[in-house]
Amino acid sequence: MSDLQNEVSELERKSATAARLFDIRRIIGGLFVLYGVIVTIAGITASDADLKKAENININLWTGLGMLALGLFFLVWLKLRPTAPPTPDE
Amino acid sequence: MQSPTITLAAGLRLPTNGLDYAILAIYFVVVLGIGFAARRSVKTSLDFFLSGRSLPAWVTGLAFVAANLGATEILGMAATGAQYGVAVVHWYWIGAIPAMVFLGLVMMPFYYRSKVRSVPEFLLQRFDKSAHLLSSILFAFAAILIAGVNLYALSIVVEALLGWPQWVAIVVAGAFVLAYITIGGLSSAIYNEVLQFFVILAALIPICIIGLKRVGGWGGMTDSLKSQHGDNFMSAWGGTGIGDANPLGANWLTIILGLGFVLSFGYWTTNFAEVQRALSAKNLSAAQRTPLIAAFPKIFIVFLVMIPGMVAAVLVPKIGGAGSDLTYNDAIPYLMQELLPNGVLGIAVTGLLAAFMAGMAANVSSFNTVFTYDIWAKYVKTDKPDGYYLKFGRLITAIGVVASVGTAFIASSFSNIMGYLQTLFSFFNVPMFVVFIIGMFWKRASMKSGVWGLLAGTTAAMLNYFWIYKQGVIDIPTDQGANFVSAIVGFVAGAVVMIVVTLFTAPKPEAELAGLVYGTTAPGLEEPPAEGDSAWYRKPALLGWGAIVLAALCYLPYSL
Repeated sequence: MSDLQNEVSELERKSATAARLFDIRRIIGGLFVLYGVIVTIAGITASDADLKKAENININLWTGLGMLALGLFFLVWLKLRPTAPPTPDE
Repeated sequence: MQSPTITLAAGLRLPTNGLDYAILAIYFVVVLGIGFAARRSVKTSLDFFLSGRSLPAWVTGLAFVAANLGATEILGMAATGAQYGVAVVHWYWIGAIPAMVFLGLVMMPFYYRSKVRSVPEFLLQRFDKSAHLLSSILFAFAAILIAGVNLYALSIVVEALLGWPQWVAIVVAGAFVLAYITIGGLSSAIYNEVLQFFVILAALIPICIIGLKRVGGWGGMTDSLKSQHGDNFMSAWGGTGIGDANPLGANWLTIILGLGFVLSFGYWTTNFAEVQRALSAKNLSAAQRTPLIAAFPKIFIVFLVMIPGMVAAVLVPKIGGAGSDLTYNDAIPYLMQELLPNGVLGIAVTGLLAAFMAGMAANVSSFNTVFTYDIWAKYVKTDKPDGYYLKFGRLITAIGVVASVGTAFIASSFSNIMGYLQTLFSFFNVPMFVVFIIGMFWKRASMKSGVWGLLAGTTAAMLNYFWIYKQGVIDIPTDQGANFVSAIVGFVAGAVVMIVVTLFTAPKPEAELAGLVYGTTAPGLEEPPAEGDSAWYRKPALLGWGAIVLAALCYLPYSL
């Protein structure tokens, strides 16, 4: 192996990302559930002017529900397939 | 105020309220939170610059597509849709997918297995120091330039839509990007890109749905546009025969060779801001799948930018012309103002700002890697312990952000110079692909052929653009068409010069080429396949060819 490959392999062995980095699914799930709830409420309480502006589609309601569903999908995925615990030094 | 990329009409101020600002504020808090939470995973320079080469493929894949989905791209492609109609699909289905698949299936094994940490580092391994230093320095400059232009474009949009003064937007966005990349490194940048990807979808989908309803659905829109602009507006290839006139100013040959082959392959396979995402994947299979997973959303994103552009063209028939205040770039902001009620409006504003920041962050997080590993550690302070380069990396990240902020301020006073510089730098990318492809497939290509190929290709592309086209030696209808032709010229010139130089100079010793060139093997670099990677839906070949077939099928309704 070349010097570069040895150097990078060494750094890979010392790397902490795999062991310590949190799972992004938790963040996406949390943020989209929160956004979903906020926007859905805005949809439930939509004014006539809001509806008229959006061509009589209650876009806040539908977008909110969509975001909520996406957020829940990520949380359920995380629950069903949690991050594999890092294997100890191979 | 003129910008090289974006100008927005006055009078586009959005009717934002507290709800929208709350949604925006939550996003900014999460962005910073990701940076701080990623901090504890940064132990080595490899963690900081390449996430320790340990991320899963779906994360790097979505980051790969999001790094390209900056706001200049979103607003720019909607503008292209408003101006040229369905022809905008070329930038996606032929101008991106084949190159992304080629990167994943053909080039990634060389990139990932050789353990290079950047695109210029591959050139150092394959060719010599002159090719390496040239491409490192040019990349570092270009990355800061593009980051600054992104920041400036953000400030114009924010000023028009929200009413913040430009300097406030530049400083605030710069500070947030500075914080989350300096603290959390590439992991933080990539995680934020994944988040931005979904927020952008949540912003664009409602605009498309309401927009289509406003103009009478797809059928109604098609009828209006055909009666205004003619049938070719709704066709991908209509009017692109050689010698035919069309608004794009390009024919099918220059579209396929110039855009689809040279420009697209140059961008997607050798631009480190993209390739870096794949290099941070956890193993070779994940690295190969990074651009392939990205290809599928990429195929469909074109609808989310094309539809708003075309809806705007129906609603404001004079858009981009003398009879209207609105320019083509105003398409999406105009629809946000016209169609979105508070709530979804906040999501859309958040998505747009997130896309601007991600576009900037992708450039800064690739700049710091090249500057640290390729310039500082190889030519200035060699052989320091790893901790030194980690510290230096954080410092240069901060310096890079400050330089981008400076560039943004310069752009706001001298926008013509910036536009010129952007054009100039775009020519340095042209020969990158030819140097890579010859380097990867021809063992004999000599050490010196790399740098000469780069120089010759760049020079030829520039000569073609600035002299033959701009001076009118041959007649090409538009800048766009001239760009495609210049790319082809640069590619051919680079290839010829590489072959000629190779014939007269020494090849690289074969032992040093192991694992870098097709047909060589590097013992000790084969990794055992990870568990689960043999599942059919993780097979790179199936994903890659699936994307190609899907993109080809997408062309059918717009070609017959």
